[in-house]
Amino acid sequence: MNCIIIDDEITARVVIAQLCRTHDNLHVVEEFPNAIQALKYLNQNEVDLIFLDIHMPDFTGFDLIETLKNPPKVILTTSDANFAIQAFEYKCIIDYLVKPITAERFDKAVQKAESLIVQDIEPVAPLRKRGETSGKDLYVNIDRRLIKIDMSSVYLVEAKGDYIQIKTDNKNYTVHSTLKKIEEKLPDHTFLKVHRSYIINIKKIIDIEDNSVLIKKDVIPVSRSNRSELMKRLNLL
Amino acid sequence: MEKPNLNYVKEMSGGDAEFEKTIVGILKMEYPQEKAIYYKSVEENDLKKIADIVHKLKHKISILGLLKSYELAIGYEKSLLSGSMEGKEDFEEILQNMTDYLENLEV
Repeated sequence: MNCIIIDDEITARVVIAQLCRTHDNLHVVEEFPNAIQALKYLNQNEVDLIFLDIHMPDFTGFDLIETLKNPPKVILTTSDANFAIQAFEYKCIIDYLVKPITAERFDKAVQKAESLIVQDIEPVAPLRKRGETSGKDLYVNIDRRLIKIDMSSVYLVEAKGDYIQIKTDNKNYTVHSTLKKIEEKLPDHTFLKVHRSYIINIKKIIDIEDNSVLIKKDVIPVSRSNRSELMKRLNLL
Repeated sequence: MEKPNLNYVKEMSGGDAEFEKTIVGILKMEYPQEKAIYYKSVEENDLKKIADIVHKLKHKISILGLLKSYELAIGYEKSLLSGSMEGKEDFEEILQNMTDYLENLEV
């Protein structure tokens, strides 16, 4: 989980960062001495979790949460236990740590964050057999974030060493995976592996010429062994 | 008066001497700044500002293991927020106690 720490007190930031170091899956990407700087960062970057101090001058932790359109999960860190009731009025706040934070209490909060973040992503990645896609979306892991891709927008998947490039109508994604793995996730009535390095969306073909297909602006080779399968799938006149 | 200690810092460090050195260095650097803000706010008689800095100082009081002092600071902060300065003398004794300790603490 990528997290940031927002606290106007250096000591507090150092203590929280030290506690984060005891969790292998917690990665502190930034620290901020005030919520305004954090807001600028969050407008351009996504994180999984914020350790947020409430009591800060000018712009409080609550001000920050209310300003964010889609706030990530938040663990409040404060020297004041009196905000607890107000804190849980916000859906994004998952725990409330009173300073000085103990390692035991911190661990519980992180475990809670982990379980809630997993719950958020689990429904979109169920185990299924090849071709049995339960939805129209595919989630891919890029820089520790799960990015949703509408499968109907995918027109080409290309193998590139240890990575695959997924090309969609709007954007291209480079993902650490194999062609074989993604082939299992894509609906086989729409997608076909035409070459050892390419899977195409049959519905997006513009034309076919001998041993290649034109998809969007990409000319994709079709191997001899896959050509007959491709031809079978086409509605030929 | 209770004596400050580094039990919490040592607990946090898990034996990481580098972390202990860092946190003590930061306490020695940040605490005098916050204390100066406190006395400046007192001079200005700005109760809200005093309450804000007392709130912040509470964390350092607790980090130095001053449990009773922490409770006194909570009471003083509440007084300030309700427009009174009750608890000022006790709080300033706590500040002095911390100053003496941190000044003699080696990084």
